[in-house]
Amino acid sequence: MSDFDAVPGLVEVNDAHGETTIVVEREHLAGAAAHLRDEHGFNFLSDITAVDYLGWGDAGVSGYIGTPAGRDLNTPMTQGYQALPQAKPKRFAMNYHLLALRERPRRVRLQTWVGEDEAVATVIGVWPTADFHEREAFDMMGIGIDGHPNLKRILLDDDWDGHPLRKDYPLGGEPVRFSDAV
Amino acid sequence: MAAVTQPRNRRPIYEHSRIPQPTPSVLTTSEELRATGDIMTVNFGPNHPSTHGVLRLIVDLYGEDVTGLEAVVGYLHTGFEKNMEQKTWWKCITYPERIDYVSFQNNEYVFVAAVEKLLALEIPAKATWMRTLLCELNRIHSHLVWLGTSALELGAISMFWYAFRERDLVLDLFELVTGERMHTRYFQVGGLAEDIPRGFYPEARKFCEWMPKAIDDYETLLTRNKIWLERTQGIGLLSADDAIALGQSGPVLRGSGVDWDIRKDEPYLAYHQVDFRVPVYPEGDVYARYRVHMDEMRESVRIVDQCLDRLEDMEGEPWIADDRKVVLPPREELHTSMESLIHHFKIVTEGFRVPEGEAYVAIESPRGELGCYICSDGGPKPWRVKFRAPSFVALEAAATMMQGALIADMIAAVGSLDTVMGEVDR
Repeated sequence: MSDFDAVPGLVEVNDAHGETTIVVEREHLAGAAAHLRDEHGFNFLSDITAVDYLGWGDAGVSGYIGTPAGRDLNTPMTQGYQALPQAKPKRFAMNYHLLALRERPRRVRLQTWVGEDEAVATVIGVWPTADFHEREAFDMMGIGIDGHPNLKRILLDDDWDGHPLRKDYPLGGEPVRFSDAV
Repeated sequence: MAAVTQPRNRRPIYEHSRIPQPTPSVLTTSEELRATGDIMTVNFGPNHPSTHGVLRLIVDLYGEDVTGLEAVVGYLHTGFEKNMEQKTWWKCITYPERIDYVSFQNNEYVFVAAVEKLLALEIPAKATWMRTLLCELNRIHSHLVWLGTSALELGAISMFWYAFRERDLVLDLFELVTGERMHTRYFQVGGLAEDIPRGFYPEARKFCEWMPKAIDDYETLLTRNKIWLERTQGIGLLSADDAIALGQSGPVLRGSGVDWDIRKDEPYLAYHQVDFRVPVYPEGDVYARYRVHMDEMRESVRIVDQCLDRLEDMEGEPWIADDRKVVLPPREELHTSMESLIHHFKIVTEGFRVPEGEAYVAIESPRGELGCYICSDGGPKPWRVKFRAPSFVALEAAATMMQGALIADMIAAVGSLDTVMGEVDR
């Protein structure tokens, strides 16, 4: 069928908008990454993007337009919407944008689904450039990276609370110290 | 994995990989060296004139030798990606420009291109050629800022004034077209915000005539300058294989002998219709990166010239797609057409909707591969926007390049990565 049948842990291969997405099981991510580099020549990791799909399939999730009550800063956008976006297998997606840097270049997206409190294996051994990208996914989205030698926050302070790019992270209302003290 | 085209009969820049283990971006001092008690740890930055913003490097020194290095970033984090999730698609266009404030036009384009990919929107030829032209002007601008500041750091102070003189000419052109010198917001989803103003073509031609002479001047000052050669040749070495493994792109990759330019290898905009050369230098040092920058400026001028040839024949052609669900209707229609008024109102208040899905677009920004990943839930706002910032990735190479180097060379080596901290921290 497709070129990628032999990828370990393969779930499916999607084509949309001229892009190929290879979905693999979370447990086989590192194996799939090594396979794609060695067998298919994807020697260049462009980017790692973590996406939070909180609420997809449950309610109209986007389209904050305005309600009589105003804007609720502490829940994700829940305003009415005609079409429900398609439900996703798990809350988080990790997308690895790969490039085969050669005479006839090719790009694919390696995708795996990650639940809350689940972690993915590091791909630093396959593409050393994953170092910063994985730290960013951990910092901003709270994705655990197993086996990362230097997993700490990269963009935010070390003592930051929470992961801001998650959809349930409050948008406003900065915490005020000692506000509960009498 | 071998690099794309390693020029034959040339010695490799160095044997084997020099990427530090186990963390590729952290150079650690060996235990034996640390046991001598002569290691001094210096906090370089975050506020230092040569860090191009707020970059902090924790450097271990043994005398003047750099034995350990870790880059600490995040001082300029402003949450662009989170902010964009709260804005409608068309209001988001101002954000990418401010992520990399030196290559604003390219950043603006990559976001607009990603949205257009999800919308499957056709762009008029005039808009495509004008986008190409402005992206190349922006490349010249960005390289000039790099050249001026990097030379300044190595003591060539006069270079700064020369480079910024021509940079001002580029900014004048941007002002003429868009009304803004930087952060133009001239690209709309679907094309351009406004038609190209009268008088732009002759001014741009004048610039194209002047610029090659200016680059000659720069090269007279630097290319064979003894001090410049001593400070840049053999400094900050990065082999082709290491550069690919570390995800390097743009002038850093081409300065390591890898013939890779997205404009050439995965053409977008009008790049497959213009004639230009991709400069590649195999030495992998700061000087090679300098030569790539200089040659690219010359090629950019040639591209601008060819774009002008085409654009001058396109008088009166549309500059934006005619899709009333996405593109604002012409201003004059609002007085006479009810439908146009409704469309205008809907797009301005609610925003246009982008079909559900995800897309990744990569372009060749002045700094390398600039990627934009967008995810839409079918609504008028992005569900997720992520930028693959070339500067962010470039900093990972600092540890590899600084192996066994001197502290004074660190300025040259890190400067040659051409990082913009706004883009690193987003």
